Amino acid sequence: MEDTIVAIATPLGEGSIGIIRISGPAAIDVGRLVFQPKVNQDWYIKDNYKLVYGHVVDPASREIIDEVLLSVMRGPRSFTAEDVVEISCHGGIVPLRRVLEVVLRQGTRLAEPGEFSKRAFLNGRLDLAQAESIIDIIRAKTDAGAKIAMAQLGGKLSDKVSALQHELLGLLAQIEAIIDFPEDDIPEETLEEMAGRCNGLLKVIEQLLDNADTGKIYREGLRTVIVGKPNVGKSSLLNALLREQRAIVTDIPGTTRDVIEEVLNIKGVPLKIIDTAGLRETQDLVEKLGVERSKQLLNQADLILLVLDAFTGLSEEDLRVIDLIKEKKVLVLINKIDIARNAIDQAELKKLIGFSDILEISAQKEIGLDRLEQSILALVLEGKITAAENVFVSNSRHKLALERAKKHLQEAGWGIHQSIPPDIVSIDIKSSWEILGEITGNSVTEDLIDRIFADFCIGK
Amino acid sequence: MRYHAGDYDVIVVGAGHAGCEAALASARMGCKTLVLTLNLDNATGMPCNPAVGGPAKSHLVKEIDALGGQMGLNTDLTAIQMRMLNTGKGPAVHALRAQADKNKYQLLMKKTLESQENLDIKQLLVEEILVENGRVSGVVTHIGAVFATRTVIVTTGTYLKGRIIIGNVHFPGGPNSQFPSVTLSDNLRNLGLELGRFKTGTPARVDRRTVDFSKMAIQHGDEEVHNFSFISPVRQREQVPCWLTYTTEQTHQIIRDNLHRSPLYAGIIEGVGPRYCPSIEDKVVRFADKPQHQIFVEPEGLITYEMYVQGMSTSLPPDVQLQMLRSVPGLENVEIMRPGYAIEYDQVVPTQLKATLETKTIPGLYTAGQINGTSGYEEAAAQGIMAGINAALQVQEKEPFTLSRAEAYIGVLIDDLVTKGTNEPYRLMTARAEYRLLLRQDNADHRLTQKGYDIGLVSEVRYDHYMKKWQAIGEEMERLKTIVIPAGEETNAVLRELGSSEITQSTPAINLLRRPEINYKTLLNLSDDFTPLSNEVIEEVDIEIKYEGYIKKQLAQVERFEKLEGRKLREDINYQGIKGLSVEARQKLDKFKPSSIGQASRISGVSPADISVLLIWLEQERRRVAGGEQ
Repeated sequence: MEDTIVAIATPLGEGSIGIIRISGPAAIDVGRLVFQPKVNQDWYIKDNYKLVYGHVVDPASREIIDEVLLSVMRGPRSFTAEDVVEISCHGGIVPLRRVLEVVLRQGTRLAEPGEFSKRAFLNGRLDLAQAESIIDIIRAKTDAGAKIAMAQLGGKLSDKVSALQHELLGLLAQIEAIIDFPEDDIPEETLEEMAGRCNGLLKVIEQLLDNADTGKIYREGLRTVIVGKPNVGKSSLLNALLREQRAIVTDIPGTTRDVIEEVLNIKGVPLKIIDTAGLRETQDLVEKLGVERSKQLLNQADLILLVLDAFTGLSEEDLRVIDLIKEKKVLVLINKIDIARNAIDQAELKKLIGFSDILEISAQKEIGLDRLEQSILALVLEGKITAAENVFVSNSRHKLALERAKKHLQEAGWGIHQSIPPDIVSIDIKSSWEILGEITGNSVTEDLIDRIFADFCIGK
Repeated sequence: MRYHAGDYDVIVVGAGHAGCEAALASARMGCKTLVLTLNLDNATGMPCNPAVGGPAKSHLVKEIDALGGQMGLNTDLTAIQMRMLNTGKGPAVHALRAQADKNKYQLLMKKTLESQENLDIKQLLVEEILVENGRVSGVVTHIGAVFATRTVIVTTGTYLKGRIIIGNVHFPGGPNSQFPSVTLSDNLRNLGLELGRFKTGTPARVDRRTVDFSKMAIQHGDEEVHNFSFISPVRQREQVPCWLTYTTEQTHQIIRDNLHRSPLYAGIIEGVGPRYCPSIEDKVVRFADKPQHQIFVEPEGLITYEMYVQGMSTSLPPDVQLQMLRSVPGLENVEIMRPGYAIEYDQVVPTQLKATLETKTIPGLYTAGQINGTSGYEEAAAQGIMAGINAALQVQEKEPFTLSRAEAYIGVLIDDLVTKGTNEPYRLMTARAEYRLLLRQDNADHRLTQKGYDIGLVSEVRYDHYMKKWQAIGEEMERLKTIVIPAGEETNAVLRELGSSEITQSTPAINLLRRPEINYKTLLNLSDDFTPLSNEVIEEVDIEIKYEGYIKKQLAQVERFEKLEGRKLREDINYQGIKGLSVEARQKLDKFKPSSIGQASRISGVSPADISVLLIWLEQERRRVAGGEQ
């Protein structure tokens, strides 16, 4: 039987509606698990090609995720010629991502690039002429996707998952060595020791799940600081952005009295603007907080918006700030271009600030704000806008992989506890290791064999 | 002068473990078969340890047996000790291990060959394989005798350009002071096959009269009589013990002091050796902090004083070997009868083979056994029977016979070899199997005997036994669902004793059997509804019920795996012409010519995206053909 696959079918960060498409033999059953219709309780029996209104509810927590419209297209009369369910959600990244994750937890898997089209073709829904373009999609998206997934991973998460995988492989090698070489004197671990190792690994996975960098952005917002000298237009910029976006704006009291955070939504990316208080008092940040505190604040920021004055040009204060933020992810905004244009030499500025993007805007007249929003989204999604889908998807993929790895490890621990024999416990440990391999792209049996011979002295 | 000496359907070159299984299989399937070997007295010799079985290897022996092969029976009839290993580690990895009487093993196998209908055996050295019009036509021997044939199976083990190395002495030779086979190696190269060079080794054999067993731990065989063969006639067996001792710090010092005399470290050896079978000098260097290494002293047979010193494989000079051995408790006065040695040999790079073990480039030419880069008698025999079957099927113009990774360890072994290749002598391990829980040694007959019967290799006697056994298992599984164990003090007393929770109401027997601490034999104490069944039936019922959940999970995985295996790829596909494949995938696919999408997906360098592209291409082709026919 084919897997049931799911993906976001609309471009991300654009439009007010996003569609989650589910295709495969279990599509309708999965729909029934996550969807609560307002009326039409029997939608899954009779409604075909009809929109049904209701909510996506997480079956585990009973929490309402989003208000949606759902439609069913039964195979073979669907795009893929399989049963297809489409869920139209609110368009922001947050609801889409959460609905996707709930659907993934019901035993579906994320579609590979071009997989819906591939199935459509293999099931005879598309003609020969279209086959070539499907191959192009598979090729192009897979290559770009792989690059971006790697870039995204590069660094901490990847290191942590690799370390975890290494540990798991050690545990597995221990079990397998004893099974395959019973006559060699390999030190055997007690059940308690093995259970202990399982538990230790479980804790690491749980931590990873809690701190997953990527998840944080969408849950808490991107920590953003707007810096610039007094009267450069920081508050006008904030107000303009607030006016632009249609999402809810809330005041959240900060942890200290002088820091107030404001959350705004840029093309589905939640932005948490930090220290808006200081910003409104039209004071110089460095002057007000002192160098150390400013550094600290700037270091905590995921994104810095540096506002410069197109009319007065670069001042001493600007240079001081630039010096503090050279290493950070910065968008440079040259404000007040409605008044003047030439006071800042962009080439020289580039030299000072490095590789950051430079945008010309007018906060007052709301010029260039659209490009600013695009740039923010692009930065969040690590690179180009067209890559958004891949990065987004790889986030969900990683998170779900960690959850699946955790489940198998729990089962292994349970099995050890129940005195289930090692040849069976090892099945779950191996699954857990292989699933982490989906993140690191690395889990071949040869690694296990290598590890056995590296760790243990074996041989007749 | 060359002369025509006979016509055959299948000619097997070599009479080792691969050659004998190959020859017996093809002869039993009705093909006129000839075995050519350079020494008839050496059929199925065991130049390394006198043992058959162990994890994954016993699985292979059971599979060979289930298909109608000889290794299991031959071992059962000549073993001088048997032990079931891994009994506490779960049903999938129970593994039988036998000490074989080497001489008896060889004599019995030779007699079996001699008695086999359709089979001739001759002592002749093959020097050349004849190829006409691109396919095999015959073989030429060193005395000029030419045999015509439709298929040739080369099973020359470690003999191809064999070189023996003992310390700084080295000379051309096969194992155990046999002749090497030199010209055949060049011939294979000239036929276009790529050869590699591997190395392996063996420890010294010592005189049992010079061993002090009082300083060693004794290791007996199991009391229960085990057998490899599903139709073994053996009901009781005389057994002899093995002995366990350890190396000492002094041993390690002797090795370290003489490392400069090791051919391995002096660079005399070029071949790649196996990691699972390192020499003692290798172990001492690599695991320097290990204070001792275990040594098993095993009898080579009942009619010899020679004993095998497992754990002391070495190519150090004989004087060092003796010093080393004498530093081990119990071997203080030991005398060496045959020194340990290393052997280097040419080997056929196995990715040049199809899953049938036929070479991709020369129709009718098969290779099997150690020549394909494996090690182990069992791995050799497994390839032998598969090559024999397929050569016979080719002669009979029938569909080839292959086993998948989900059907048998034989499938895992051959798929690893032909799809991934190997850069050291390959040893099968249970860790290499994805569906280990399904590939148990106890159900090898369930997996393979029907298949063996269908191709004409399994005898009626074996088939009948298999049918009756599995019918009994099926019936008992059904019956268990209907039997109810009454609640009550009598039942609960038994349950308590086993540390199992008590029952408060009548419970189906099958539910109790699902508890880890309860087995079928417990049920006999709980109800009168049981009549004694054979152990093999009981074992199977126990496993199938207790591990049902896990077994079902693996079966679901297998279903997905088989879908890709079922999508066949023709041999003549021009991968260079398929748009959308990565450059690396094109090259690899062109070189390997995989037989299915599944196999293609296991070739390193072929990504999931390449597989998607291949699937689409296949559908494009199918429609083009369909369109063309209209």
